[in-house]
Amino acid sequence: MTPAVIVFLYLAAVAYVGIFAFRGARGREGAEDYFLAGRSLGPFVFLMSLFGTNMTAFTILGSSGHAFQNGIVTYGLMASASALVIPLGLFLVGTRVWALGKRHGFITPVQLFRDRWECGHIGTVIFAVQAVFLVPYIIIGVMGGGTTLHSISGGRVPYWLGGAVVAIVVMSYVFFGGMRGTAWVNTFQTTLFLVFGAAAVLVIGAGMGGFSAAAEAMLEGPMARLLTREVVSPLYFLSYTFIPLSSLAFPHILIFCLTARRLEQFKKTVVLYPLCLLGIWLPCVFLGVMANRATDVPQIRAKIEARETLTREGPGLSPEARQGLRAEAAADDVLILLLERHAPIWLAGLLGAGIMAAVMATDSQILALSTMFTEDVFAHYGGRERFGPRAEVHTGRAFVVGITVVAYVIALRAPEGIFALAVQYAFTGYAALCPLLVAALFWPRSTKWGALAATLWTAAAVAAVAAFQAVVPPPLAGPGRIVLEVAGLPILTRTAGGTAVLGLMPVVPITLLSAAFLAVASLLTAPPTRATRLRYFAPDRLRESGRLG
Amino acid sequence: MKKGFLVVLVLVAYALHQDVWLFARARPLVFGFLPVGLAYHALYTLGCTLLMALLVRFAWPGHLEASSREPDAR
Repeated sequence: MTPAVIVFLYLAAVAYVGIFAFRGARGREGAEDYFLAGRSLGPFVFLMSLFGTNMTAFTILGSSGHAFQNGIVTYGLMASASALVIPLGLFLVGTRVWALGKRHGFITPVQLFRDRWECGHIGTVIFAVQAVFLVPYIIIGVMGGGTTLHSISGGRVPYWLGGAVVAIVVMSYVFFGGMRGTAWVNTFQTTLFLVFGAAAVLVIGAGMGGFSAAAEAMLEGPMARLLTREVVSPLYFLSYTFIPLSSLAFPHILIFCLTARRLEQFKKTVVLYPLCLLGIWLPCVFLGVMANRATDVPQIRAKIEARETLTREGPGLSPEARQGLRAEAAADDVLILLLERHAPIWLAGLLGAGIMAAVMATDSQILALSTMFTEDVFAHYGGRERFGPRAEVHTGRAFVVGITVVAYVIALRAPEGIFALAVQYAFTGYAALCPLLVAALFWPRSTKWGALAATLWTAAAVAAVAAFQAVVPPPLAGPGRIVLEVAGLPILTRTAGGTAVLGLMPVVPITLLSAAFLAVASLLTAPPTRATRLRYFAPDRLRESGRLG
Repeated sequence: MKKGFLVVLVLVAYALHQDVWLFARARPLVFGFLPVGLAYHALYTLGCTLLMALLVRFAWPGHLEASSREPDAR
């Protein structure tokens, strides 16, 4: 129970940080202060909170679980590709979004799109699609809170209570502290995990008798494949580099880009972001793989046996039996189990708190959705004029309460698997929305109709993939079931893990076609007025060529 | 440093992520415990830090700071 007590103390500290931020912001109750911390974040808080925003429950629990099942490929798929794409995106896109936000007073990406492409309702369509993709993250965060507290307390804290505690804590500091509270909490959480994560690696390594011995032993046995990347095809590996593009289109990341006090703040973030990724992901993935050697932990041994039974006897089993074995083999808690086995109680508690920190990264999504609703719907459709600027903050806070309560109720009633799946679709969706941002910032000729075409295509394509995977059952094992073939070339394949289009993950064709739809529709329609294009493009070009400023 | 050269560096970095030649290999264990494929990508991540430092040093869009202070012309 001691780790659970430490986690509860940690939750109290987090709530205090948020409320402290609220007290620090008294007298500055405007929308820009609540939603963007007054565009005043310094370099350290900006780096740690931006990184913390991207570090979700999946980063910690999901990555070690994925590595437990699939081996070291997890790092190459999810971390090292992000180490190139995300800081590069912050360098190219984040800096420009920041400058435009500061110049024009934008608080959300949709405000930028509306102004840049001279549109109103098309912006609302983009808002709706972004919001639909964002909601599953919030629900999965509440579910993760319930599951983690339940697990850390050894089952003494029921799922419903764990979810409620996490929901209330997150809601409190987002409600009171807004972006300032969220940023400070994220900074606190990321620092905590970076420090204690390193300690956990050392302690678990020592407890397992050294990683060298464990790795050598794995190489000699049937699990040696987990130390290679043969479990995925090179095309799948290549496809995965498109997934981090989603981070550039996430509203919560773009909104975070607007919080920096100065452009200089991006420098340290761009350079140090890959190092932070290394510090978090390498231990999680490595420990997840090494957990396969921790057969002295009964729960881990049971997972390995379930996985082996599934591989050996899967085709002959009933669907219910297979489902049961899959649930038994689910590995998102291997890190917690390793900590319980090898770490002293106080460290297990602190690491449990760090894991809770990652689970609670849903705070940024709640705030982003609240910001988007307030600015893109309430204020845009006359709320600001009718009720005054102070009503914006009140609306934002009311939305924070509303969305948290709805997410909690859904988390109590719906199976987690549905939303875990929805989050995976959302990654594809946001990656495919990335061309909108690139076009808005770099292509003067792009138009609102191009933006609408890309948005509708993305929504339809992601829905089509979801429907396809719901209708066509996955094969039990092997290369996959070919559904569409042309001249001997497999076009569409249902694989055990999802869908393949020409051997690639759907995110590749969906993103490329999104860019194509945007380009073609833009070229077929009238561009924004010359005045608008000059406002967005002339100053930068003149200044870059040395003729201005 | 020429921007064209930096663009080439970014493209090379993207290509280097696809280390198909290491897919089937686990040995050698770097430092005695890190499979070579994982060690490669850890090193790759450090290389990304270096690349970002080069971009920040030689292609920083400093003009955006000034443009952010311009009055909103809407």
